[in-house]
Amino acid sequence: MQPANVVQSSAPIPYKPKKRLAWVGQVFLAAMALFIVYTIILNAVKSPSLFIQIILSGLQLGFVYALIALGYTMVYGIVKLINFAHGDVFMVGSFISFYLVSRFNLHQWPAWVFPGMPDGLVVLIGSLTVILVAMIFCVLLAVTIERVAYKPLRDAPRIAALITAIGVSFFLEYFGALGFVFSSRYIPYQRPFDIVAWYINDGIHLITKGVTPPPNSITFSNILIIIFVASVLVQLFLQILVRRTKIGVAMRATSFDKQAARLMGINVDQVISFTFAIGAAFAGLGGVLYAIAYSQIWTLLGVQPGLKAFVAAVLGGIGSIPGAFIGALIMGQAEALTMGFISTPMRDAVAFTILIVVLLIRPTGILGEPEKEKA
Amino acid sequence: MEIGFLVGSVVKIVAILAWIYGLLWVLGHTSKIVKIVGIILAFAVIQAAFTVNIGATPILSDFDKGLLLQGCAMTMVALGLNLIYGFNGQFSLGQWGFYGIGAYTSADITFRWITGDARGLLVVGFGVILGGLAIFGIGRLLRVVRGVPVLSAFTLYLISGVLAAAIAVWLGNLLNPAFTPLLGALGHPGPMTNGLPLQVVFFISVILAGAFAAEISFLFGLPVLTLGSDYFGIATLGFTIVINTLMNNSDTILPFPEMKGGRGMIGIPKLTTWAWAFFFLVLVIIIMRNVIRSSTGRAILSVREDEIAAKVMGIDVAGTKLQAFVIGCFFAGIAGGVYAHYIGFLSPGAFDFLVGFNPLIIIVFGGVGSMTGTIAAAFGWTFFLEGLLRVFLGQFGTEAPAWRYVVYPIALLLLMLIRPQGLLGTVEWGFLRAKAIALRVKPEQASPTPAPSTPE
Repeated sequence: MQPANVVQSSAPIPYKPKKRLAWVGQVFLAAMALFIVYTIILNAVKSPSLFIQIILSGLQLGFVYALIALGYTMVYGIVKLINFAHGDVFMVGSFISFYLVSRFNLHQWPAWVFPGMPDGLVVLIGSLTVILVAMIFCVLLAVTIERVAYKPLRDAPRIAALITAIGVSFFLEYFGALGFVFSSRYIPYQRPFDIVAWYINDGIHLITKGVTPPPNSITFSNILIIIFVASVLVQLFLQILVRRTKIGVAMRATSFDKQAARLMGINVDQVISFTFAIGAAFAGLGGVLYAIAYSQIWTLLGVQPGLKAFVAAVLGGIGSIPGAFIGALIMGQAEALTMGFISTPMRDAVAFTILIVVLLIRPTGILGEPEKEKA
Repeated sequence: MEIGFLVGSVVKIVAILAWIYGLLWVLGHTSKIVKIVGIILAFAVIQAAFTVNIGATPILSDFDKGLLLQGCAMTMVALGLNLIYGFNGQFSLGQWGFYGIGAYTSADITFRWITGDARGLLVVGFGVILGGLAIFGIGRLLRVVRGVPVLSAFTLYLISGVLAAAIAVWLGNLLNPAFTPLLGALGHPGPMTNGLPLQVVFFISVILAGAFAAEISFLFGLPVLTLGSDYFGIATLGFTIVINTLMNNSDTILPFPEMKGGRGMIGIPKLTTWAWAFFFLVLVIIIMRNVIRSSTGRAILSVREDEIAAKVMGIDVAGTKLQAFVIGCFFAGIAGGVYAHYIGFLSPGAFDFLVGFNPLIIIVFGGVGSMTGTIAAAFGWTFFLEGLLRVFLGQFGTEAPAWRYVVYPIALLLLMLIRPQGLLGTVEWGFLRAKAIALRVKPEQASPTPAPSTPE
């Protein structure tokens, strides 16, 4: 045992290289940030109601991205695999709900079983059933994918698993595009419940048929509220699951050190399957809500939201659940503001530019933990 | 009929593999005469197969010729990515973006040239030269003023690059009238818009496309290469998507009406012949092999194996990564030029990020860190996918492309399950084997090829 002062004196003196001309980069970044803030404030002052409207649409997008991003971030946190097939699980979720609603009328089942039920309750229970069935189907799909495609490759080089993930993604997209599966057309989505919209202008008013909201009013719909509530609930649920439950502890342990977790008696394979299942369930939920909100589906539906959600997960710090949420909100806002004030086709470019700039300032994302130094 | 076609495809793939083996063996021969004669023979064999008929059809039809040229472009892209990912361990998904930059740059140069506008060549030419000088100058400056953070260095490079571009545009507009009498106008070709001068312009445009892609990759790679492995991959994926978005809006947001945005650029002269494709292919293979077998190459390999150990050995890790990235992107730019002048039509859809996974799939197919594997896999992959499409066209009609992408991932999955290290693993043939330098050093110092392990 050495006395404390000896340990202190023998501690290595950190090498601090001189940083010349550091101001050049800082001025560059500050100028960019100032320009962005200036543009946003200018537009906000010019038309506050339009600005708030755009912020609301960005929130809607952001909350859907948050639902998908959770799956990416949890899977990456545990198996260090970029699960490219996740966006396609999201697409499958929306298609399943489409078939349940359009073909089987499942959203009306309480009315068949209990004929005297009030309409509101029928819609509520019916829609929840549709969402639940879609989520269960997505879970089954994701667990199957994990068993068939990823599990045999767990000890192979990481690139092999990545290529497999890309392959599974291609498979789901193009298998879905076959005529007897989903077909490759755009399909109008039949909603299980009607969209109700309100506008705010001297109080909240319902928008009914024939009523056009007066200028400078802010409109919002029930789907925005549903997506908001669902996303926040899922976030809280995951926080409790990961922080408070046994399986959450197992997930964190597996993510930290797979070998040690195995030695502690954790069934690592089960934990990984569980992670895929949870992620897929929320992707399925997101798929249904996305389809309800934007009312058009096709087999490549999952590519763009999946990519955005993945970027959101990276932006917030991949592996961190609140990070994914924050990243998704930033992503949604960036996309909505770009569509509103710059130009619609530039939204992807702006989103990725933000990603690259954030990664340059914080290399592991906003809430990410710094990478461990290779020993 | 389809069985016959299938057998024909397999025979073609085997023949091309044999041809690659022969080419690499010839390139690796010690005698210079054998080398030169062999290269000419390798070229002539394929050239003859285009012209010599068996029965009514030539041995290799125009369709096969197209596939071969596409295979050459794919080989160059994949070799570049293999240098970045396989040999240097930087997981990059941005190769496809640089390929697109190269394709659009060189296509724009020749397209403008044949429509009587020399500004494409002048601006890109001056821009590349001035940009290169600026990068060189700032690099020298940063070697004197040490300890400049990456972001500041990037800002300096960016400002100098923008200045160089502005000067190049000014010079191009200034000098363009001098070329007008030589070029004529659209519909009235001048003395320099066909024949040998056009071929020279094509060659210059492809080289400029590569150099331009390399300079962009330098600017982009300088800050982004400081990121960790997966984050670098995601940032480069973002680069591919940003480039794709810009291509989609090249006529509205960028000032290039002739690129026609999302509708696609048409009317690019189809100048890529088998001779040109073969020339660039051999050029890229030789550059790549010589880079890998030089001290730079050993530094690149050592960075992949262990960055900290490499740093301890005195290797400039950041500089080495940047070198590998820039060389790889140079290859991608050249490949883009070759591809653009083969296909004659560029659409942003061909440079989508989903298609951008192809080079990665190819190098994993062939074996990460194996040049031979990449070359063989690029050709094999091109023929396999097109053969699959041909077979399915008779079977499923309009749904054939979807069926192809149903079967292809299954094949990919099976390959990954059976051989996760790729078809050829780390095998190298002839010219690419490490034997050439092992002859020059003493036996006890001769180290075997470092077993390429997949980077973490």
